[in-house]
Amino acid sequence: MKNNIQFSRIAPLVLRYVAILLVLCFTVGPFLWLLATALKSPTENIFAYPPVFIPAQPTLDNFFRVFDSQPFFTYLKNSLIVAALSVTLNLFFASLAAYPLARMQFKGRNFIFGVLLASMMIPFQLLMIPVYELAITLGLQNSYLGLVLPHACTAFGIFFMRQAFLSIPSAIEEAAIMDGVSRIKIWWYVLLPLVKPSLATLAVFSFIAVWGDFLWPLIIIDQPHLFTLPLGVNRLSSTFSLDWRLVAAGAIFSIIPILIFFTFTQRFFIEGAMKGAVKG
Amino acid sequence: MKTTSATNPLIPYLFIIPAAIVVSTFVLYPALKAIYLSFTNFNMISEAGFVGFANYINVWRDPFFWAALKNTLLYMLIVVPVLVIAPIFLAALVNKQIPGIALFRAAIYLPVITSLVISGLIWKWVYEEKGILNFFLIATGITDTPVAFLTDPANALFSVMAVTIWSGMGYYMVIYLAGLQSIPRHLYEVAEVEGVSKFKQMLYITIPLLRPSIAVVTVMSSIAAMKVFEEVYIMTQGGPMDSTKTLVYAIYESAFTEFEMGYASAIGVILFLLTLIFSLINLKFLGEKKT
Repeated sequence: MKNNIQFSRIAPLVLRYVAILLVLCFTVGPFLWLLATALKSPTENIFAYPPVFIPAQPTLDNFFRVFDSQPFFTYLKNSLIVAALSVTLNLFFASLAAYPLARMQFKGRNFIFGVLLASMMIPFQLLMIPVYELAITLGLQNSYLGLVLPHACTAFGIFFMRQAFLSIPSAIEEAAIMDGVSRIKIWWYVLLPLVKPSLATLAVFSFIAVWGDFLWPLIIIDQPHLFTLPLGVNRLSSTFSLDWRLVAAGAIFSIIPILIFFTFTQRFFIEGAMKGAVKG
Repeated sequence: MKTTSATNPLIPYLFIIPAAIVVSTFVLYPALKAIYLSFTNFNMISEAGFVGFANYINVWRDPFFWAALKNTLLYMLIVVPVLVIAPIFLAALVNKQIPGIALFRAAIYLPVITSLVISGLIWKWVYEEKGILNFFLIATGITDTPVAFLTDPANALFSVMAVTIWSGMGYYMVIYLAGLQSIPRHLYEVAEVEGVSKFKQMLYITIPLLRPSIAVVTVMSSIAAMKVFEEVYIMTQGGPMDSTKTLVYAIYESAFTEFEMGYASAIGVILFLLTLIFSLINLKFLGEKKT
């Protein structure tokens, strides 16, 4: 009897773990297989049958060969610069514009908000041809600015920050207005500290979007010293399409930074989803 | 002293101007320009000449466009239901405080943060003729000969779809997880006391109460499926025999390898109209949720 009760308690738990493990094989398995490939020495057969998961002689050789053939640290630097600039600008512009939209009465507010919502619905794939033409005209081809500007202020960012400002009780702000504090100071000293979690969430989501962006860099950059990591890995795979060890090493190298970033910012992903954040 | 700054009517606009300039330059103006370009023969080299509806007529007559539209719709038809349903079960699976659960959730989320270029490459490697997946399929007796995942026109689109599903699942799981955690616990307790099976609890409590999340996921995954590009670019370049060419891939190809910008813009406008339907529905949900 007692054993029975224990069994009926433990069985579902074991079943749950087994199911989770199966799911993990699907989601994490491919990463591990990639890692195994990246660590295999040039003499080891990567097409061995049956496949070998643990490299016979694990080596970082492939990574050094990748760094020798392509400036992967430059790609990393470019990705970091572009992501940092884009996220900073987006947070700044979006929270600035969101403030009056959420908390002030003025002529044209509904119109501006309507235009904003409309621009959220326009896919970048429609815009990319005119934006490309514009970037060429402005001399932004092959420049950081060219990579950053289309991400510099997203309509979604404004919308998201407006929601954040709406949730702050108006009493806090009214007190400051009574004291004669200017609106810009209220924005900076009173409101922004109160919406820090939303700012962080927006930062995390725009970082991921910019970091993974491929289509726009593909169009606007053709000089390798300005490549971001996705472009670099793509180049690696078209140059060394036959040596999967090197492709794997390059791919692993570009996953590491985002993995570190994710480790420290994990909770904001959950918060973002709860607030209905949109990927990209 | 009177608070002049608080009453200055220009203040709201000053806050909005920086964002307005960026959004107008990089979204609004290009959107109008794209619509204009779709009525021209613009090719980046010579001046754009007005050609009326010629691009749209050519699109209509172009078998490649129809192939791309068919592929995109097929993509949605398969990917969207999977991305709507599978993550519900995933969320239910990890919605329990058991040891290690935070790590499991993070591990399921991992493909979401991985850029699609990398995801595409990972799967290209997994799909290799002598690759790991074929090994498992042969070892378990599911197939006798290696499957040509990406090189057979009959398989390629489905193989690419799997990558889109793999990359998106974790994201929608988190949305459902948030939804699940808002369902009152006592509903399940009552069901438990009444002896309702787990499966029926899922069917009669979880799913109905998750309806808002399901709606959001449906719309978001539809829009995402309509814009598929990176997976295709990395894994198949639209081939073999155009079997994986999607609308966005067709736009990219027409615009940036054939430099038929006007023609590409016409396909862009069509894509926009298709996504608009879903965006409008999405907007309705956002409004309901937030205000």
